[in-house]
Amino acid sequence: MSQLSTQFVAKPTGRGKRLFNRVLILVILAAIYVWAFAGVETFEIKETAGQISKAILNGIIQPDWDFVPGAEGLIYGLIDTLAISILGTFISAILTIPFGFWAATRRDKSGFFVTGIGRFVLSFIRVFPEVVLAIIFIKAVGPGSFAGVLALGLHSIGMLGKLFAEEVEAIDHGPKEALIATGANRLQVLVYSVLPQVLPGFISYTLYRFELNVRGASILGIIGAGGIGAPLIFALQSRNWPRVGVILLGIIVLVSLIDLISGYFRKKIV
Amino acid sequence: MSQSQTPKKTVPRPPSKLKHYLTAAIILILLGLSYWRTGSSIMDLFNNRDQMASLVVDMFPPDWAYFKEIIEPMLETIRMAVIGTTFGAIISIPVILLCANNVNRVPWISYPARFVLNLIRTIPELLLAAIFVAIFGLGMIPGIFALTIFSVGIIAKLTYESVEGIDKGPLEAMTAVGANKFQWIAFSIIPQAAAYFVSYVLYTFEVNIRAAAILGLVGAGGIGLYYDSNLGFFNYPRVNTLIIATLVVVLIIDFVSNKLREKLL
Repeated sequence: MSQLSTQFVAKPTGRGKRLFNRVLILVILAAIYVWAFAGVETFEIKETAGQISKAILNGIIQPDWDFVPGAEGLIYGLIDTLAISILGTFISAILTIPFGFWAATRRDKSGFFVTGIGRFVLSFIRVFPEVVLAIIFIKAVGPGSFAGVLALGLHSIGMLGKLFAEEVEAIDHGPKEALIATGANRLQVLVYSVLPQVLPGFISYTLYRFELNVRGASILGIIGAGGIGAPLIFALQSRNWPRVGVILLGIIVLVSLIDLISGYFRKKIV
Repeated sequence: MSQSQTPKKTVPRPPSKLKHYLTAAIILILLGLSYWRTGSSIMDLFNNRDQMASLVVDMFPPDWAYFKEIIEPMLETIRMAVIGTTFGAIISIPVILLCANNVNRVPWISYPARFVLNLIRTIPELLLAAIFVAIFGLGMIPGIFALTIFSVGIIAKLTYESVEGIDKGPLEAMTAVGANKFQWIAFSIIPQAAAYFVSYVLYTFEVNIRAAAILGLVGAGGIGLYYDSNLGFFNYPRVNTLIIATLVVVLIIDFVSNKLREKLL
């Protein structure tokens, strides 16, 4: 009898182990934070910090409107930024299509290595920050917007390739098999069964990447790869706060507008 | 009577393709304008291919001895990312509760909060860093500030959307037993949202490592400063060492973080 009852009492198995795991995680976290904070230089606020923050805020509230028009002005800087991101996104989208098919898991096991290599190449590309790529392209094609276009075009492949591959993996194989059964050749199978399924996803991800690229393009000028970043860094270095303010406002407006427009189209597509 | 008449055969007209043509035309025009505006030239790229090739050749072999010198700035980069992500995560918590419309039922608070969050997300991290460098001077501190604000943008946005998608049952149950707002959050929101939150914090940490690696370009600490100086001196073997070091750190952190996130969700 007593034997039976003990059999059915839920044993608190694993409770000790769970406690141990929790303590272990806490200890590791504590060690990481002690290490991280020990390396920080002593934090002292310079007396100018308050003044400068106030000046920047003032600059945002009372921007330097004179900077808005003109050949070297805000509007053209923003148009350049937009142009860099449009062209960069387009180049990367076209280049990514083969990568997307390359890095997608295949149904036959022979493709394991191919997929693995494709994925590794994509993460390798992703690791290079666009700014570093831009510096390298500046050495090759000279400073200017074109270097920025190439940097964004190459960097975006890393992320887009991963997303495209996931899209390719998710396709329904029915239409493909139906086409093969009717004797379609490989190109026809691709055009009539695979592309219609992956295209909305591809376009939606490309638009998403475009939103990110507009942000990316707005900083490329800091290292001389065109767009609004160059006047911004000059204004920061010459402590021209009203101008910093107006450029910041310009970037915020541009990015918000692009997010809105792109978000609208993405909702329509998916 | 009318049934005896055979219905007229009408061939359905194919849907108009005008919209597609227009879309394609607009995209082509935008691309053409961008091509012209950015002064892009495929010929330039083609003509300079030797220069690019020599740049790549110059990078080899990497300067292995340089590794010792960049360990410290690399660790500094990781520290900045750890601290920035942590502060960002802490600040995100109240922001999430303000933004999620199933926690905060007051629209004139949640909408402005979301608006501010969207504004934060429009500013690229390098720009934030440049501004904070102007305020606080060179070093890690402006980098940490920039990463903190940048992290709030990501963590709060992703988490509040998850919080809005949680199961309503526990929320209603807590309301039914008369819990106050704090109990309500602690026992119905947190148990459901905690895993998402931690997962997004880890994801943001991965993003921040990459971001921290370039913040040095504007003087905000970390490894980025070394990219700038070595490229300035055309010391490509050292640049290659930096790239390899960054690659290794990013890949390791991505791997660990991905494994942890898989366990969480």
